[in-house]
Amino acid sequence: MYEQFKARAVGVGAEVHRVGTCSDAVEFVLSFLKQEGVAETPGSYAVWAKGPFLETVGQETLAGVAGLGFEVTRERAAQAKVGISDMSFAVADTGSLVQDQAAADQRLASALTGIHIALVPSANIVPDKASLFSRINPTNSRYIAFITGPSRTADIERVLTIGVHGPERLIILFVDELGGEKR
Amino acid sequence: MKREFKASINRALNDANLTGALGKFSEAYKVNRTKAYEGIDFEELRGRIAEAKSAAACHLDEVAETFRKSAEALGAKVFRTRDPEEVKQYILQVARDNGVQNVVKSKSMATEEIHLNKALVEQGISVAETDLGEWIIQLAGQTPSHMVMPAIHMTKEEVAEIFSKEVDERLDTDIPRLVKVARNELRPKFLAADMGISGANIAVAETGSIVLVTNEGNARLVTTLPRIHVALVGVEKLVEKFETVVPILDALPRSATAQLLTSYVSIISGPTPNDDGSLKDLHIILMDNQRTDMAKDPKFKQALQCIRCGSCLNVCPIFRLVGGHVFGKVYTGGIGTILTAWFDELKKSEEIQGLCIQCGNCTQVCPGKLDIPEMIMEIRRRLVLEKGQPLVQKAIFSVVNNRKLFHGMLRAASVAGKPFTSGKFIRHLPLFLSELTDGRSLPAIADKPFRDLYSGIEQPKGKEKAIFYAGCLIDFAYPETGVALVKLLNKAGIEVVFPEDQTCCGAPALYSGAYEVAAQNAADNIAALLAQDAQYVVSACPTCTVALAHDFAKTLDAVGRTEWLYKAKQLSDKTIDLSTLVKRLVDEGRLSFQEGAELEKITYHDSCHLKRTLKVSEEPRELLRQVGYELEEMFECDMCCGMGGSYSMKLPEISAPILKRKLKNIKDTGVQLVAMDCPGCVLQISGGFDQDGAPVRVKHTAELLAERLKD
Repeated sequence: MYEQFKARAVGVGAEVHRVGTCSDAVEFVLSFLKQEGVAETPGSYAVWAKGPFLETVGQETLAGVAGLGFEVTRERAAQAKVGISDMSFAVADTGSLVQDQAAADQRLASALTGIHIALVPSANIVPDKASLFSRINPTNSRYIAFITGPSRTADIERVLTIGVHGPERLIILFVDELGGEKR
Repeated sequence: MKREFKASINRALNDANLTGALGKFSEAYKVNRTKAYEGIDFEELRGRIAEAKSAAACHLDEVAETFRKSAEALGAKVFRTRDPEEVKQYILQVARDNGVQNVVKSKSMATEEIHLNKALVEQGISVAETDLGEWIIQLAGQTPSHMVMPAIHMTKEEVAEIFSKEVDERLDTDIPRLVKVARNELRPKFLAADMGISGANIAVAETGSIVLVTNEGNARLVTTLPRIHVALVGVEKLVEKFETVVPILDALPRSATAQLLTSYVSIISGPTPNDDGSLKDLHIILMDNQRTDMAKDPKFKQALQCIRCGSCLNVCPIFRLVGGHVFGKVYTGGIGTILTAWFDELKKSEEIQGLCIQCGNCTQVCPGKLDIPEMIMEIRRRLVLEKGQPLVQKAIFSVVNNRKLFHGMLRAASVAGKPFTSGKFIRHLPLFLSELTDGRSLPAIADKPFRDLYSGIEQPKGKEKAIFYAGCLIDFAYPETGVALVKLLNKAGIEVVFPEDQTCCGAPALYSGAYEVAAQNAADNIAALLAQDAQYVVSACPTCTVALAHDFAKTLDAVGRTEWLYKAKQLSDKTIDLSTLVKRLVDEGRLSFQEGAELEKITYHDSCHLKRTLKVSEEPRELLRQVGYELEEMFECDMCCGMGGSYSMKLPEISAPILKRKLKNIKDTGVQLVAMDCPGCVLQISGGFDQDGAPVRVKHTAELLAERLKD
């Protein structure tokens, strides 16, 4: 299913990676932030929304990274180049990520930023919408968000253009070590 | 038709940017849609959607009430109203109560329907549309031309011009750069807005959820950043069960933009915390605006199954020529015609309903299983009941209802047409008729109609008989097609009977909404065709076949002449089109053709009624291959040729470019022979080639088959 997911997600412009452990993931993210020139200047921030990943690795292990903040306010997110957040499920047949984003910081980190890095447990890839819908429940998830590739439009002359109001890059990082389900 | 309407059509037709962009889009759409649906059983999928939406439409009030309770239990405020005016008042009140000054909107056709922006702006509230297409048309002061792609009618040059004014900087036509400008301009508006207004693609009664489907990400910001969120939802968006979200999400993006899924889908169930920790003030307005009345009307209830994907526009041969604005200011295309007739008033659809050529393309792709052409026919019928027939039409139809007079006039036309006739064509008509021969010659009326030739044909007398229903075109313009049909059936030992009292099938009257006239034609024909016993009633005209097999009963029922329904059913059961019958006779070994022939390459044009109503497309192809032709398929082989019966007379300016495209597709195959099963298409296409000058022969399948019978 991973291969199918990857093919579909790449097909709609996402970038897909996979690592074994959480510390591999941290390393991936930090080197990415460096490469993108994340710094303590407006427009170059990175915001990291709290979630299972941070709980697992401990926020303190990431302290002192220039430009990176964990308080995701609208002001900070609007000036962030990179937003990092967990996504709970991956749907293989459409290449989509899904999460209950009832907490506003999850949406700010994944909607206002230029690049969105999504951290997903490798065990939570489901084949299709039908199997996903048996795992989500709107009565206790108030803002179920599906994200499929970067923000796009074709409103001018039907020409596909990436990055309108949402991120222009979506980087999906599967982490094997993150436990599956229960989200 | 009013001059103003004709002028708007001509403006659209002469807008090369518009027709070019739409033409290219519709061609690409067909390919991409097919690809997006790969591996999916579309009939099964749309069956599920239609069933669920129809069930909700059956008890709309209860479902809306369930939604209200579910959403209120989660903390949303739900307002139900039938009246668009009350919607505006409610939103303005919420705005006043909260001191709202800036509104951001994600795309919502329901807000377009009630002209919400105008109401807000009049109260001094600043409104920004944030969907790129909507923002473009807002800045341009225009209305959407397509419900999914509102600015599809505009070029990048026009967009650059509009944006340049907005940002006070000379912008070039680089599309990614223009998109970036929109992002940069709208971002501060998102951050400053105190109210976000959205629509909803689905509203789920049992959970009180609304579902938003977007690509740009603007709906996520509209529903996240401002402290107030107002969702305006037409009640047709309601479904009972959460599980119904799955099939709608499977179909909507595939049908709308040929995507497997849009970039973003948000399922919002009750208010969520804002980023300052306060709770979102969530208002959901369920708007009726005639939808309940529509649901109670047996002919129009199906319209509530619409999921607003716009695919009916994308496959429409008329829409791709004239675009959306000819249809009006809110909903456009076929579905728009129906919604305008209801949400606005029947009278508003008077002219635009005439744009539908009844080709049936939209019925093949609609994920809600709407029969748009049928609903447009019903609008026509009601308009004629309400307003009466136009005088000229009335005069024509009174002749058509009198067979002897009608046929007498057709015979007279054979003589009267002589001065304008060269060979088999009338190339130019004088005065006000000249438009009819613009780009297409008309067939000369035959010296001897089929009814006069028939008695001279020697036939084997047999037990098995088929009644031949010729229809006006074969009888009076193409009797040779009738002769070929007799030859084919005789060869299989079937005697062909031609009842003299048969008359026009009533299609011209029916498609003009003149149901009383069509019903009289139906009754006369039923009497004539059932007078003698026979195994089949066969026709070589698909429109006539559809009339006999489907329309007679519906028309008689519609005008209350139910005493005819039993006989109409009897006739329908016996009715068969020629290709299907011949194929069956060949398969049964009763008919065979000369063997081993290697004939020229040929291409085949699918006629609308044959392919989409009668579902016949392989039979004629197999027969043509069997007699030795090599089939070379043309591009868009099943796209309408622009004939549409009297359509080509009423809207020749639209018919002509559709024909031109068909001629080009035929010529592009490089073959010099095109076959088809409909004398109406033969009229249109052979008339087109007569003026075009290309050496392509146009033949009815019956004639090509009859030539190849074993001696």
